[in-house]
Amino acid sequence: MNFGFTQEQEMLRDQVRRFMTEACPMATVRELTAIDAPFSDSLWNQIAELGWLGLIVPEPYGGIGLKWIDLALVLEETARGLSPLPILSQALATAAVLRAGNDEQRANWLPALASGTTRATLALYDEPNWFDPKAVTLTGTTVDGGIELNGRKPFVSDAMSSDQLLLACHGPAGLSLAVIGQSQVTVTREPSMDTTKPTGSVHLDHVHVPDGCLMPLTNEDLAYLSDCGAVAVTAEMVGAADTTLTMTCNYAKERIQFGKPIGQYQGVKHRLADMFVDVESFRSLLYYAAWCVDDAPDELPRAISLAKGYASDAFAKIGIDGVGLHGAIGFTAEYDVQLYLKRSKWSRPMYGDSDYHLERVATLGGI
Amino acid sequence: MDFEYTPEEQAFREEVRGFLAENLPPKSERNKDFLATWLTKVREKGWVGFSWPREFGGSDGGLIEQAILREEMALAKAPPLGTSFMGLAWVGPGIIRYGTEAQKKKFIPDILDSKVTWCTGYSEPNHGSDLASIQCKAVPEGDNYVVNGQKTWTTGAAFSQWIILLTRTRFDVDVKHDGITCLLVSMDTPGIDVRPIENMAGDKHFAEIFFTDVKVPVENRLGTEGDGWKVTVSALANERSSIGEVTQMFAKLDTLKALVKRTKKQGQPAGRDPKVRRTLAVFETRVAAMKYNGLRYLTKQIKGEPLTSETSVNKLHRASLEIEMDDFAVELTGQAGLQLRGGSDAVANGKWAKSSLNWPNVVIGGGTPNIQRNIIAERILGLPKD
Ligand SMILES: Cc1cc2nc3c(=O)[nH]c(=O)nc-3n(C[C@H](O)[C@H](O)[C@H](O)COP(=O)(O)OP(=O)(O)OC[C@H]3O[C@@H](n4cnc5c(N)ncnc54)[C@H](O)[C@@H]3O)c2cc1C
Repeated sequence: MNFGFTQEQEMLRDQVRRFMTEACPMATVRELTAIDAPFSDSLWNQIAELGWLGLIVPEPYGGIGLKWIDLALVLEETARGLSPLPILSQALATAAVLRAGNDEQRANWLPALASGTTRATLALYDEPNWFDPKAVTLTGTTVDGGIELNGRKPFVSDAMSSDQLLLACHGPAGLSLAVIGQSQVTVTREPSMDTTKPTGSVHLDHVHVPDGCLMPLTNEDLAYLSDCGAVAVTAEMVGAADTTLTMTCNYAKERIQFGKPIGQYQGVKHRLADMFVDVESFRSLLYYAAWCVDDAPDELPRAISLAKGYASDAFAKIGIDGVGLHGAIGFTAEYDVQLYLKRSKWSRPMYGDSDYHLERVATLGGI
Repeated sequence: MDFEYTPEEQAFREEVRGFLAENLPPKSERNKDFLATWLTKVREKGWVGFSWPREFGGSDGGLIEQAILREEMALAKAPPLGTSFMGLAWVGPGIIRYGTEAQKKKFIPDILDSKVTWCTGYSEPNHGSDLASIQCKAVPEGDNYVVNGQKTWTTGAAFSQWIILLTRTRFDVDVKHDGITCLLVSMDTPGIDVRPIENMAGDKHFAEIFFTDVKVPVENRLGTEGDGWKVTVSALANERSSIGEVTQMFAKLDTLKALVKRTKKQGQPAGRDPKVRRTLAVFETRVAAMKYNGLRYLTKQIKGEPLTSETSVNKLHRASLEIEMDDFAVELTGQAGLQLRGGSDAVANGKWAKSSLNWPNVVIGGGTPNIQRNIIAERILGLPKD
């Protein structure tokens, strides 16, 4: 029994932490997320070099052959500094190819995903808050040697910076993922609250997707990819919530009112203690869920619903109180804590809010 | 990261299970004779004081084995391994750590053999959370300390033979934690007056105790004079791992689910009500969080990394669950939920009603939630002290 990390994993954690403080500090995050800022190829190449994009890719495909628990560590640490680099999107696209791709597709796509030469993203549902095969509404028509897609795919994370878009749709053969080059479509960036999580709409106008670029998806595959999405998002929530707590504690130690640091008042310190309880708790649940992806897949649905069911509301509250406990300065654009509040808002519905996950906990728990 | 047990650990678990299958009858068949036999048998197995050093009658049991033992005992809903809960939880470990050879010889075997029951005399009427301010006075006089003062909320005082007593031997101290002395006192000593107090659930489990010129031999002092705070803190820190506790919480959650399944709310099956479903699911996330927090902390301990005050995290979860789960059951079952044992419409023979009045055992008895929050804020987050 060992519910802890190995030395190698701790080294990976340190490496990501160092990268975030040295190469991608908050000033850089703000530059990169300015409207119309160009994508940072240099940072992307650095993390590709460090191997983070190929963590879950098996070695024969040019990856490192590690597990989701290692990926979760990287996501936790990059989210600590609100990294806008599309590591999460890349990981989910990779997970989709690993799960649904045939041998040829895996061989064709995985090496480029692992090395970062191709950037990709995954978009499953067309509905904003519904996680079900019926919530995929984009539908293709049969054409010679493939399908044709018309319409719009909303809510595509990192669409603007992705070379390849993996879009769920219904085709003649049922539910599928269509792999589409960005040059075949028009992408509009949607104005969204959290600029560190750029999101776009993808407009499809007579887009031809050849059979070789279609990956059939069973309902189980769809559910699995949703769960992976929830694991990835919750891992980021752990890091971002933990930083919100640290920032707010630091502020509470320095800010003096009525002659004392505000952190001495229990209205402040007890709320911070409760935040700690929550972050510790959804951290433990998330580590367990991430471990389940590879080592106990049957338990993944319940495990991730416990984690995201807990984290969704807890982080939302942490985001709000993080700002609130800073007073007016927390409301300023200049101060970073507000960016964490926005991240908490972004995280909440992604791959299921608390209602969705808690309902699933109830069902899986026999109620 | 893995959740596998080594073959030796697995074998130990099998041994515990085998023992339970053989020696633990169903609850309905457990009478008084059974308890006596049970206590002898678990003692023979070396499972009482399992983690204590062998030379003092323990088994030197490792952390994982302790967790396994507790988990299996809780799963089987087995009775405790001894009659002196406090003796096993902190008096014994305190004596092993700070006691003289004579004290160890005198007290340890009786705790392990369930011959002597201990109670804990820390709290006073004016000093509860602020324990270090206690005033109960002990004055050295020849071979004795003479104790005068009052203790209160002493659980089990009326049926315990010994008490671990926190007294003040010096009043002119700069720091309140100094000048405290820990004494081991026989409850038969003249001058001790125990007056049971009834609690809101109708039980008289705790009592107030008055000490008038009570003579305690110096040889019954635990640790050095004036060092009682250290002795106490180390004893309180000697806390049970939460694994067995989590097993009990999961069992309670299952009972609660079963209750929901056979209950109607506004004429409809309660299990279909979204609020009911959500509430149960939230309980489950928190019990599961306790489990995985506990396993993370256990792993840290096994690796020899220092634990600071992380156990307060699970204590806070436990405190709120303790209140909310019973309260939920009572609310769910309407007026029937209010009936106590024997009521014509009582739910589970009044079990939920009764336990919904007993949360202070956990929520106040072991240090209040506000105090746990202070501990987390100050010791883990580094915020300034009140
Ligand atoms: C069932 C039960 C069994 C017990 N058994 C024993 C026993 O066997 N032996 C023994 O010695 N004691 C025992 N106790 C006493 C227990 O340890 C105390 O009740 C506990 O430490 C709280 O002290 P108090 O009751 O004096 O409350 P107080 O300390 O007066 O607290 C009252 C309220 O004020 C809050 N408060 C106090 N200080 C602060 C602060 N600094 N910041 C914020 N809030 C604060 C508390 O959280 C609480 O809500 C038992 C209590 C109970 C309920």
